[in-house]
Amino acid sequence: MGTEQTGAEIVVQALTDLGVEVVFGYPGGAVLPIYDALFQQNRIRHILVRHEQAAVHAAEGYARASGKVGVVLVTSGPGATNAVTGITDALMDSIPLVVLTGQVPTHLIGTDAFQECDTVGITRHCSKHNYLVKETAKLGPVLHEAFYIARSGRPGPVVIDIPKDVQIMKARYDKPGVISHKTYKPQVKGDLAAIEAAVDMLAAAERPILYTGGGIINSGPVASQLLRELAKVTGAPVTSTLMGLGALPDDHPQFLGMLGMHGSYEANMAMNKCDLMLCLGARFDDRVTGRLDAFSPGSRKIHVDIDRSSFNKTVRVDLTIQGDVGSVMEDMLKVWRARGHKTTDQKAWWGQIAGWRSRNSFGFEQKGESLLPQKAIQRLYEMTKAKKPIISTEVGQHQMWAAQHFGFHDPNKWLTSGGLGTMGYGLPAAIGAQLAFPGALVIDIAGEASIQMNIQELGTAMQYRLPVKIFIINNEYMGMVRQWQELNHGGRYSESYSDSLPDFVKLAEAYGWKGIVIEGPHDLDAGIQAMMDHPGPVVVDCRVAKLANCFPMIPSGAAHTDMILSAADEVGPADDDAKALV
Amino acid sequence: MKHLPSERHTLSILVDNEAGVLARIVGLFSARGYNIESLTVADVSDDHAVSRITVVTNGPPPVIDQIMAQLDRLVPVHRVVDLTDWGPHVEREMALVKVAGAGEKRVEALRLADIFRARPVDTSINSFVFEVSGSSEKVNQFITLMREVGLVEVARTGVVAIARGAEAV
Ligand SMILES: Cc1ncc(C[n+]2csc(CCOP(=O)(O)OP(=O)(O)O)c2C)c(N)n1
Ligand SMILES: [Mg+2]
Repeated sequence: MGTEQTGAEIVVQALTDLGVEVVFGYPGGAVLPIYDALFQQNRIRHILVRHEQAAVHAAEGYARASGKVGVVLVTSGPGATNAVTGITDALMDSIPLVVLTGQVPTHLIGTDAFQECDTVGITRHCSKHNYLVKETAKLGPVLHEAFYIARSGRPGPVVIDIPKDVQIMKARYDKPGVISHKTYKPQVKGDLAAIEAAVDMLAAAERPILYTGGGIINSGPVASQLLRELAKVTGAPVTSTLMGLGALPDDHPQFLGMLGMHGSYEANMAMNKCDLMLCLGARFDDRVTGRLDAFSPGSRKIHVDIDRSSFNKTVRVDLTIQGDVGSVMEDMLKVWRARGHKTTDQKAWWGQIAGWRSRNSFGFEQKGESLLPQKAIQRLYEMTKAKKPIISTEVGQHQMWAAQHFGFHDPNKWLTSGGLGTMGYGLPAAIGAQLAFPGALVIDIAGEASIQMNIQELGTAMQYRLPVKIFIINNEYMGMVRQWQELNHGGRYSESYSDSLPDFVKLAEAYGWKGIVIEGPHDLDAGIQAMMDHPGPVVVDCRVAKLANCFPMIPSGAAHTDMILSAADEVGPADDDAKALV
Repeated sequence: MKHLPSERHTLSILVDNEAGVLARIVGLFSARGYNIESLTVADVSDDHAVSRITVVTNGPPPVIDQIMAQLDRLVPVHRVVDLTDWGPHVEREMALVKVAGAGEKRVEALRLADIFRARPVDTSINSFVFEVSGSSEKVNQFITLMREVGLVEVARTGVVAIARGAEAV
């Protein structure tokens, strides 16, 4: 401290001071000084990915599983542009990341120099914040500020673009004290008057529901505990978004399962018929609300969120409480107890819910010989649950089936690309999670199409001896695309067949992984067992029924009450307005 | 929500006077499909640390609320005030208006300019450049009248605005 260091040394020192243990990255000309500084130390571990997009997803998986900030290091130009998908993914799902990008030296910026791109321009709207650091002396403060911004408030990715000369030049670096920012001051505590009003509304409700989201996971494990208490004292049913799964145990009697497009019938019906909706760290995403003008028409709505811009964005609510959802729930519980509120009589409400539940909307029926994908995931869950696995997914039907049929009991065990829906997320995310928890069972539930989007990361897992498991639900189709084509486009399966698939076992073996095929129901359990018994990384190619659809489903543009429960339900052809929706 | 009638709002945004901040604000408007009727920006602090951006936008009230919330969460934004909601405030705009002509039209142009308290800031034998300031409506009106007497071109600043009274926003 006090003496001058190169910018690259400052970067490494600041990361060390910030408690960073792992950096995911890929070298190149514009970051060589930082790689040189990394080489000469042993406190930070660098994980060399095979593609920069995967570096970002791996950092996301690491962050989501551990609650820490994920750190990425990539070079200028193509390194930075390859990272953009991951950065956008992290923004949509509120994942705290700091992404360091190399840049051409300051005197060449703007000249179309080799491997120059306008990284701050490109990432301006897909990051929570970004910086171009033009002076070495500013590197330390910017890094510390970036971590603060990434993890506080609504978390998100922060990009720091560092020209090469700034990495080479010397300056003093002092570890700063507590970081505060002159303009950025996230509000953590909720307004007490609003909290009191919310508690009274909740206590007076006859048909309350707690609608919970990823904000509870982001708030930290305590928030999940508080949710359990809030559920207990209010007696209200609880539903969760895709991103919030695990905050309440899957088998909790008050848990109605996931809501939304592929959510449970009871969750969606209860949302529709409730008289009071308490939204905790969720954002009324279109996948959740279905048709807006039919969304929960008779309810009063309370929205708790750390991000003010989430309020009234698509759905008008009656009461907003800005703050950290954990802090707000804690205050709600205090107020609830101080006012001596009792659990209200919700017998009629739970009776109604029992009726919806009896439809068993996640149920599926074995027909024919082939292995149903739902069954495969159900068995995977049953056979691995004792090990409390961390599950990542790719994007598609398998992702929704995993959300429906894999039970999550704890937060931070479920890593999925919700907002952006990025195919190729799951394998790198699993790698990141495995690094955070080397002893955990980490499984990427994948589709045969998605897995090919970052398949090169098999090499990364091998290099670092990470025993990641990939469980491919191989239906030989981009199943989710095919399903929409079946429902909305007359069954014309335009370009959605997964042709020329690789032999996944041989592919696995080529990278030093173990490969297993599950051909059908008869070898499902044996295949899963063999996967678990193998200490290293395993690819399981699980061949499932090719044309299974993911139900229940709220068709695009439909209301919660128009849910299709099974293929047998009559589905009229979608009109053009509905077809126009994504 | 988008079906509600549109309202015109004048927003005052205090931001860090740093590279890229304007791009962030403007990009937010274009990315989210908000309207910009006019936009002005200049450094307004002694130490050159803070700029004030004045944006005139329009949209239904919920959209205006969204715009405020979206602006407010940008890291370099110090403060966003909706002056239209805030209450009494002054809005001014300046325009430079070039008119060319001779004879009676030239005399008429000068006469009208006088009524609008527009000053000639450039004069040639067959043209004037007038400087006019005031509310946007007044500027509009002046420009409309100048069409009759040989309007050539116009440059406008867009609206700047500030709250009335002793307090800062
Ligand atoms: C990067 C990217 N490109 C395209 C899509 C559109 N998309 C959504 S699901 C899907 C098919 C996924 O197929 P697969 O991985 O086999 O999963 P399945 O639906 O069959 O389970 C596609 C192409 C996407 N989500 N992400
Ligand atoms: Mg598939």
